[in-house]
Amino acid sequence: MGKRIKEEEILAKLEPKANDNLLTLKGVGKHYGNIIALRGVDMVVDPGKVTCVLGDNGAGKSTLIKIIAGLHQHDEGEFTLHGSTIKLKSPRVALDAGIAAVYQDLAVVPLMPIWRNFFLGSELTTGVGPFKKLDVAKMKEVTKQELADMGIDLRDVEQPIGQLSGGERQCVAIARAVYFGAKVLILDEPTAALGVKQSGVVLRYILQARDRGLGVIFITHNPHHAFPVGDSFLLLKRGRAIGYYAKKDITVEELTAQMAGGAELAELAHELEQIGGHKEELAEAEAGAANTAPASS
Amino acid sequence: MATTTTTAPAAGSKDERVAEKSLLAKLLGRPEIGALVGAIALFTFFAIVAPVFLAPSSMATVLYGASTIGIMAVGVSLLMIGGEFDLSTGVAVISSALSASLLSWYFGMNVWVGIIFALGVSLLIGFINGWILIRTQLPSFIVTLASFLMLTGLNLGLTRAIGGSVSSPSISQMDGFASAKAIFASSVTIGGIDVKVTVFIWLAMVVIASWVLMRTKIGNWIFAVGGDEKAARAVGVPVVRTKIGLFMAVGFCGWVLGMHNLFAFDTVQSGEGIGNEFLYIIAAVIGGCLLTGGYGSAIGGAIGAFIFGMANKGIVYAEWNPDWFKFFLGLMLLLATVVNIIVKKRAESSK
Ligand SMILES: Nc1ncnc2c1ncn2[C@@H]1O[C@H](COP(=O)(O)OP(=O)(O)O)[C@@H](O)[C@H]1O
Ligand SMILES: [Mg+2]
Repeated sequence: MGKRIKEEEILAKLEPKANDNLLTLKGVGKHYGNIIALRGVDMVVDPGKVTCVLGDNGAGKSTLIKIIAGLHQHDEGEFTLHGSTIKLKSPRVALDAGIAAVYQDLAVVPLMPIWRNFFLGSELTTGVGPFKKLDVAKMKEVTKQELADMGIDLRDVEQPIGQLSGGERQCVAIARAVYFGAKVLILDEPTAALGVKQSGVVLRYILQARDRGLGVIFITHNPHHAFPVGDSFLLLKRGRAIGYYAKKDITVEELTAQMAGGAELAELAHELEQIGGHKEELAEAEAGAANTAPASS
Repeated sequence: MATTTTTAPAAGSKDERVAEKSLLAKLLGRPEIGALVGAIALFTFFAIVAPVFLAPSSMATVLYGASTIGIMAVGVSLLMIGGEFDLSTGVAVISSALSASLLSWYFGMNVWVGIIFALGVSLLIGFINGWILIRTQLPSFIVTLASFLMLTGLNLGLTRAIGGSVSSPSISQMDGFASAKAIFASSVTIGGIDVKVTVFIWLAMVVIASWVLMRTKIGNWIFAVGGDEKAARAVGVPVVRTKIGLFMAVGFCGWVLGMHNLFAFDTVQSGEGIGNEFLYIIAAVIGGCLLTGGYGSAIGGAIGAFIFGMANKGIVYAEWNPDWFKFFLGLMLLLATVVNIIVKKRAESSK
């Protein structure tokens, strides 16, 4: 099959070279028809580091990660993996290249047992030919072990995954990506639908994945989730990068202010002023507006 | 640098590993448990009101009735677990039987040629159903309703065009008829009781289907495409191949039953089969397969078919008016679906 050979060629090119970043984007852009969804975005992902992508709805976050995960292809700029320029044709190619994406809503099949979900699409079998059967014992054992290594203590891997909490489900999907050899892990708003406590659990697993040497790309619109776990922060707004910071160069307040945007905050301050009172909030909003540096990327 | 504010690992889970689930708890978690309870209740009921029901020969009759539904219910159950259903099965059985008989008769060939041809026709019907479903993204209700109507018309039209009648010409004098009858429509005598061969074919098919479902990759994929198609695709499950394969498996079951229908007699009525598709679906649903997919078992479908067989024949043994049969069937279906919904809610609910 021609397709197979092409994939192998791509993978051969991807032998890690020393001193290269794991993944870089340079001036990457994407348009859907005449809608420009993304323009001139730079980003670097390194092993054992968490890169956060922040932005409001419609900022282009999903477009960005779909390019990295092979669901879409970029129209401009350069995408390199292990130092080689690349355009990923499909999620399968991305997966084979070690890029795994965990989507909020696409993670698991609720009615299936945890272990079946864990190995879904990559089942372990024993035997040959038409009599190949699932290696159930091995799969259960690995699932239990892998989840335990991520710090998830499950009583029973046989229970339907739908019985787990939303956070735990995300974690199983993360553990699965780690087990199947992902080098880059993309998480699209994993905390968006979760409560505070559950979000905390997911954030912990992001750090676990990082500590195992994966390069993590964490998409969120919540700076309070991004800041504690991130090493660098890419801020998107209307398809453009409005800032790209290392952790040491920014505080969570500045991040929040940047996200909201100076103009909106100034307006908010003005409105609060008109209403009167609320001294504290006013000061905060004004400080936020002041902190917002002009777009400099 | 990145020393962060992670929550402290929740040390010491609530209670040490929960004790191994008891057998009862395991049983209660199975999809076919509702059907099993229903089957036992119905069996007991008829055993009391009609003691002749318990006679071995009566049991053989009940099992035969169950097998003619159950053979199809095997395929239909798998398909429903895979998230689709098929309204064309009833007439597709007749299409298969007609293909075999008309081809052999028209060309005067050995009936085994017709049998192989019919297998091809049945698999093709399944393939086309699946392929159109994938291509058009229409619900299987519409796609298979269309093929139901088309096959109904083809059965009647082609039979008249080729054989000149509403029923296919008799093939009992043709080469291969005796051996085909032995395979598809004979009886096996066990302890003086004649048991129809379809009963054994049915049970073998249930065993194979259960094994595929629970112990192979394909089984895993069937649950996945029925449970959440998008999630399955995202992790690399071949959704298209799985769905089309399921429709073809239904086609295969239709071929088996079609051959039985043909060789149990020697002719087929071209207008038959209409309405039977619901009996197969009912057996699968009573057996615990969710209409929405992703949950169920092959054994459940078999129990559903057995319930059908018991109710069907039990009413006769109890010397009631068979008019009541459909009422019972409807009631069973309603009860089964309610139980299914409860089961699904329990399985899906977050803790
Ligand atoms: N498939 C698509 N076709 C056309 N426009 C799209 C498509 N996907 C996204 N867009 C547009 O691109 C912009 C960025 O969207 P997206 O990347 O989904 O943002 P985010 O994930 O940050 O909310 C939006 O204006 C959106 O409407
Ligand atoms: Mg998005």
